[in-house]
Amino acid sequence: MGDRIEKVSVIISKGSLEGIYPGLIMANGARAEGMEANLFFTFFGLDAIHRKRIEHIKVATVGNPAMHIPTLLGGLPGMSALATHMMNKKMDELDIPPIDEFIEMISDTGAGIYACKASVDMFGLSQDDFVPQLQDIITVGDFYELAAGGQIIFT
Amino acid sequence: MTTATYAGVPVEVNAEGFFEHPDQWTREMAVEMAAADGLTELTDKHWTVIDFMRKEFFEKGTGPTVRILGKTSGVTVKELYELFPKGPAKMAARIAGIPKPKGCI
Repeated sequence: MGDRIEKVSVIISKGSLEGIYPGLIMANGARAEGMEANLFFTFFGLDAIHRKRIEHIKVATVGNPAMHIPTLLGGLPGMSALATHMMNKKMDELDIPPIDEFIEMISDTGAGIYACKASVDMFGLSQDDFVPQLQDIITVGDFYELAAGGQIIFT
Repeated sequence: MTTATYAGVPVEVNAEGFFEHPDQWTREMAVEMAAADGLTELTDKHWTVIDFMRKEFFEKGTGPTVRILGKTSGVTVKELYELFPKGPAKMAARIAGIPKPKGCI
């Protein structure tokens, strides 16, 4: 064993489905392995813990070459909703929870869930706009203190 | 592959200490492994998790995910992490004598 990771702090900065899930899976997986874990949501990543927006997270179908559809098609109305629907269905089959349930589960694992103060202020939001699992709105300095001694993953 | 001795019986385990042959496992071994991991007592709730994990493993070929455990074992996700502080994947599956769950969730 030797070089075991004891703690990870995952930053989620994007608000698309594909931008949010990897960070959630990494934080949840860290806890399952007995590591300490923190999630820090910043910029558009805040949508993942936003009370109203959490249920409307979509896959980005434009500007994403890995979608393998022409950009113009990806921009048609409903394309993002369709891709999101298909991906959610596939994830459900694989027992990957929807984002709201996932956040709740990760919180139950004992991971810390935090929002970036600068982003919250910029979007004119407050604690009431977020899901109850949000522990605190913190500064970047607070974040580094929380992350001290562990690994930081930016997504 | 190495050999470990639990409750006086030699068993084959992998590099991380997970059982190679889950049918070699006994409840006495679980108590001993748990103690070595800092769990001085296995409560009824611990056994609920252990029994559920083994049942799922023998039925489905892989241990349950934390989500399934939380939804169907009768023990919540929160309790699960309190019962097995080193994590359900790492600690509970190992004490239950089954391989580490393969899922990512």
